[in-house]
Amino acid sequence: MSSDIRAIVKDSLFTGLISLALFGPIVGLKTFSKGAGLFVTPHWTPVIFLVLACTIGRFLIGLNSLRKKEIGFVSKITSKVSYYLDNKGKHFAITGVLFAVVFPFLPFTDRYILDVSIMILTYIMLGWGLNIVVGLAGLLDLGYVAFYAVGAYSYALIATTFGWSFWVCLPLAGVFAAFFGILLGFPVLRLRGDYLAIVTLGFGEIIRIILINWYEVTNGPDGITGIPRPTFFGLPFKKIVEDGENSFHTFFNLEYSTMHRIIFLYYLILILALITNYFTLKIRKLPVGRAWEALREDEIACKSLGVNPTNTKLTAFAIGATFGGFAGAFFATRQAFVSPESFTFIESAIIVAIVVLGGMGSQTGVVLASIFLIGITEMFRDLEQYRMIAFGGAMVLIMVFKPKGILANRKPTITLREHNSK
Amino acid sequence: MEYFIQQLINGITLGSIYGLIAIGYTMVYGIIGMINFAHGDIFMIGAFIALIAFILFGLTGVALPIILFLVLLIAMLFTACYGWTVEKLAYKPLRGSFRLAPLISALGMSIVLQNYVQVAQGARVKPMQPLISGGLEFFKNSDFVVTLSYLQIFIVILTIILMIMFTLLITKTDLGRAQRACEQDRTMTALLGINVDRTISITFIIGSSLASVAGMMFVLYYGVIDFYIGFLAGVKAFTAAVLGGIGSLPGAMLGGLLIGLIETMWSGYVSIEYKDVAAFSVLIITLIFFPTGFLGKPDIEKV
Repeated sequence: MSSDIRAIVKDSLFTGLISLALFGPIVGLKTFSKGAGLFVTPHWTPVIFLVLACTIGRFLIGLNSLRKKEIGFVSKITSKVSYYLDNKGKHFAITGVLFAVVFPFLPFTDRYILDVSIMILTYIMLGWGLNIVVGLAGLLDLGYVAFYAVGAYSYALIATTFGWSFWVCLPLAGVFAAFFGILLGFPVLRLRGDYLAIVTLGFGEIIRIILINWYEVTNGPDGITGIPRPTFFGLPFKKIVEDGENSFHTFFNLEYSTMHRIIFLYYLILILALITNYFTLKIRKLPVGRAWEALREDEIACKSLGVNPTNTKLTAFAIGATFGGFAGAFFATRQAFVSPESFTFIESAIIVAIVVLGGMGSQTGVVLASIFLIGITEMFRDLEQYRMIAFGGAMVLIMVFKPKGILANRKPTITLREHNSK
Repeated sequence: MEYFIQQLINGITLGSIYGLIAIGYTMVYGIIGMINFAHGDIFMIGAFIALIAFILFGLTGVALPIILFLVLLIAMLFTACYGWTVEKLAYKPLRGSFRLAPLISALGMSIVLQNYVQVAQGARVKPMQPLISGGLEFFKNSDFVVTLSYLQIFIVILTIILMIMFTLLITKTDLGRAQRACEQDRTMTALLGINVDRTISITFIIGSSLASVAGMMFVLYYGVIDFYIGFLAGVKAFTAAVLGGIGSLPGAMLGGLLIGLIETMWSGYVSIEYKDVAAFSVLIITLIFFPTGFLGKPDIEKV
């Protein structure tokens, strides 16, 4: 026993030493510019805290591992949740949707909460769209944001150039995104997992660089401004109404409030997201959906059985891209402004993280992961700088403790029933 | 012609930096079959440590060669700690897990490292005054004077020295033999009494040290760094590794040189705005038409 303790102490001290080496130069010696030169100021207090935290933390973990009855309590909870969802999934989904429908009218819902919810719903929609590619077809796409960008820019350009309404532009944005999905998918889909991931990442970056540099069309880094806001079937959400024109509040005889538009946007994205979900749930049961799942499990077996992998993957890519495009159009109309800055690689990483952390292929997992991850970054909003550290840390931790995601769902949607020979 | 030679010199210098980073990717891919997404950020941390060390030593007034040597050692040592820790925290628990798990974990680690440096060192770019100045000039009589700066000579020679040492390490020592054995068959290697975990750790340490040297060169060459340099440099170095044939060490160096040359030639002759597009396009084209790269072994999938 005492030798165990000694080993733990030794281990903790070693951890302390390593953490000193890690934090010493980067945290302890802060560079700052003064005039033309660059100087260094020491910041030893945070280093001491960090090193102590690492040493003590390591010591406590060591002590805890001495007690033999260690059962992963995280996995216990999640397996329970996942069991519950498997059996009561339908009730859960209906409750969730009902809650989402009445949400804007609950007493505690204010503008800020509604804004965050719109953001979470956008990510849920993107997550569900990407889930078709990653979760069902098993293709890791690290450039999904490219389709989001294509959707947003095509909406922005069409709406500002031709002045068409949101409902005309939305399908067009989807079509353009799907076109880009096929354009990318065609050459690269022969690649294996990690290679495909890197190539899609490259594609995402290429799209962003083009958006930055193609001044004539995209207005470069300044982006496109003055994108028309969505209208309620032709009724704008304007405060000042000119003669002979109707606005949302005058038509329904309401007091003008900026909340109307927010609530409308909320329902818009909710409906779009639900359509994505419904579509995914249905297509999983069709031959093409089954082919995706089969392809995910074993590509060689699929080929031998006559499934054309390229076409099958291409449909997954194109459909995933379409939903990305829809979400992009929504994003553009919500912000009334698009610029390449909104479509960096980190966005792709967030969407992939949502799908994988939620458990690839699980629709409910995407919802939980979006709420969790976006919630975390929102909770850390006051600590602006630390939120992305928390985000990345959460990604690593979930992978380490739950490599299959919060709710792993790799069960084929349709299985062959065994004959009961009686 | 003179312009071409100048671009050639610049390209080889840049290629040396990419090549050194690419070795880290290719070694890790060879041994555990994952793309170490955080490697670019390890390179960035190496650059920051080198920068801080340069500033500290700059105050002491020691002779330049000694400063360079000391900074090199310090950057390698401290950056190796980062590489080692990242492997222990984010990848080791996931060994034997499903294929995408380490990739996601690496992605998370990359986000953590970037933002950690941003918080600790500030988001502004860090400019450093040039330490090694001057150079040789050629074609003085023509319109375009070709310059080969001492810094470029230093970078290329240092890369060559490191490559020779590294090749000797891999081919001649027990450590290198263990490393190559792990690449071929980890289970068998473990059965033969080699500590696989230790070998993998050492792989990460070597990869990170080489990346930190690249970081130091980057600081000296460009004279300005920020917390975001790791992403682009990482992707380009990965492209280099793929181009040379992932898993092949000479391939990584060759790929690095090619990517460096493509990038400088592209910015010299086509357009500087789209130079990153060139690197990504090369990656996509390579992977589509010859996914094994120049010196890689074909990847046979067994059923």
